[in-house]
Amino acid sequence: MSLSIIKPGLLDTLQDLGRNGYGSWGINPGGAMDRYAAQVANLLVGNCDHEAVMEIHFPGPQILFEQNTLIAITGANFSATVNDEEIPRWQPVVVRRNTVLQFSSLVEGARCYLSVHGGYCGEKWLNSYSTNLKAGVGGWHGQQLRKGDELPFKENTIYFAGLLKEENNFEALPWRVNTEKVYRWPHEISFIPGHEWDSLSVQSRESFTQNNFLIHPSSDRMGYQLKGSPLVMDKPVELVSSAVSFGTIQLLPNGQLIALMADHQTTGGYPRIAHVISAHLPKLAQLRPCDTIQFKRMDTDTAEALLKAQQKELHILQRACMDHLNELVC
Amino acid sequence: MTTLDKPFSIYSLGDSAITLDMGHLIDQQLNRKALAISAWIQEHPFPGMLDIIVAYSSVTIFYDPVVTGGKQPGLEDGVYKYVGRLLEEAWKVTDDPEPLSSTGELIRIPVCYGGLYGPDLEELSKVKKMPHEDVIQLHCSTIYRVYMLGFLPGFPYLGKIDPRLETGRKQRPVPVTAGGVGIAGNQTGVYPVNSPGGWQIIGRTPMRLFDPAMTPPVKLSIGQLVQFYPISPEEFRALCPE
Repeated sequence: MSLSIIKPGLLDTLQDLGRNGYGSWGINPGGAMDRYAAQVANLLVGNCDHEAVMEIHFPGPQILFEQNTLIAITGANFSATVNDEEIPRWQPVVVRRNTVLQFSSLVEGARCYLSVHGGYCGEKWLNSYSTNLKAGVGGWHGQQLRKGDELPFKENTIYFAGLLKEENNFEALPWRVNTEKVYRWPHEISFIPGHEWDSLSVQSRESFTQNNFLIHPSSDRMGYQLKGSPLVMDKPVELVSSAVSFGTIQLLPNGQLIALMADHQTTGGYPRIAHVISAHLPKLAQLRPCDTIQFKRMDTDTAEALLKAQQKELHILQRACMDHLNELVC
Repeated sequence: MTTLDKPFSIYSLGDSAITLDMGHLIDQQLNRKALAISAWIQEHPFPGMLDIIVAYSSVTIFYDPVVTGGKQPGLEDGVYKYVGRLLEEAWKVTDDPEPLSSTGELIRIPVCYGGLYGPDLEELSKVKKMPHEDVIQLHCSTIYRVYMLGFLPGFPYLGKIDPRLETGRKQRPVPVTAGGVGIAGNQTGVYPVNSPGGWQIIGRTPMRLFDPAMTPPVKLSIGQLVQFYPISPEEFRALCPE
């Protein structure tokens, strides 16, 4: 059971929910940029939420399914097709063996996730399948996927073959996830003030919440460079390096900002003026270079409550998906 | 008054992490205290705890607020306050960090200085108006403490360097080969993997500070003592055949 890469995309890697627990060795968590989409992709095909998924950027890869496979595509809309027929996102799909998945145009979002029933047989390093490109380890031999790579699956998905009708190339199963709550108002990103927030000048604090910021083209999985009117501190603060987090917004010496993303360094020494709330990291992960961001202030309790609600829906989804899949194969 | 008598602060690092910060100093005593706090937290873990990062003078706990906020006692006023109280308690009960004169094993790191191995040595000795040999001698004469690992897997922040060697970072990062030994401000460090970097590279070590196949994958740990010694290009090649 496997799929193979006919033609690689811009950056396709195996990722899971990150490698936690090794920060004091300088080893960052990494993992999927949009952890919500990665979790949903897994749940839709009956996996646990932290299986490895393929994170795909546009232009995407061309993928050959060597067996009948139950898959799901979540996250960005890159117009995924199987043998040139468009297939739905956020929905489980059985694909026939020897069909080709490709991505024809960038409609919406920045990265999509491809899960397969059972999960990929990747390389687990320090309890995670996430690919650490700098260290060259984890995921698929520590590298992005290349032409000819054959990724085996952990489980046989042959029992879904009966769901394929006649000569159809794929069969979308009749349930899908409503993601409206998670991604609505995509440009509105809530933040909790950081420790050096109060050291910003009054005008800079106002400017941060009143003006839009533009995501610079040089942004990547490590961080988003944000372009806007420069912010200034009332008085300079001298910091020694300390821990930073996915979503930390740092003020650079030139007054510009950087939002740290999944592949961020473990530590940093720039003022931390804000932290994006965890529940809005999926939205942020789906913004692209030249998109704008509008920041809204939020308190920690509300941020925790939002995250809790998001997680609760994932638990409900997990149970529903298992029930539906069990009914189908029984 | 020692540096430990200074007040500390506890603040959030977003909704999933919290930092205990003892002031922005590169100080052995504070760093020992941070290690002691981290060790105590590790002995008193809580559900949802994901990681602890020790830096120069701070300890940060990462957690999953949904898991932590499950059904434990003490959470009536929220996850953030609960973890904050734990850090405060850790600070109180660890008031006796390891003595200053602790004798750990000294890790000796061979370095081939200058030339292709240390492209910035030339410029540094020009700016500092001292011959290469003096820069090398000063860099090798100090026993450094590993204050923290960060930036890259296994990258050690070593301090402090002789004040006569202190130098600024580069304007923009340039590619650095794995093993590159750099200095920046009053610190020195070693790039364990190829990476862009802004430190002034004065030499290169054949010693592997990071190897994913090792257990643990990093050679150094916080609190260890390190000293560099010079080797020739021939010795470098003998130690690092490729």
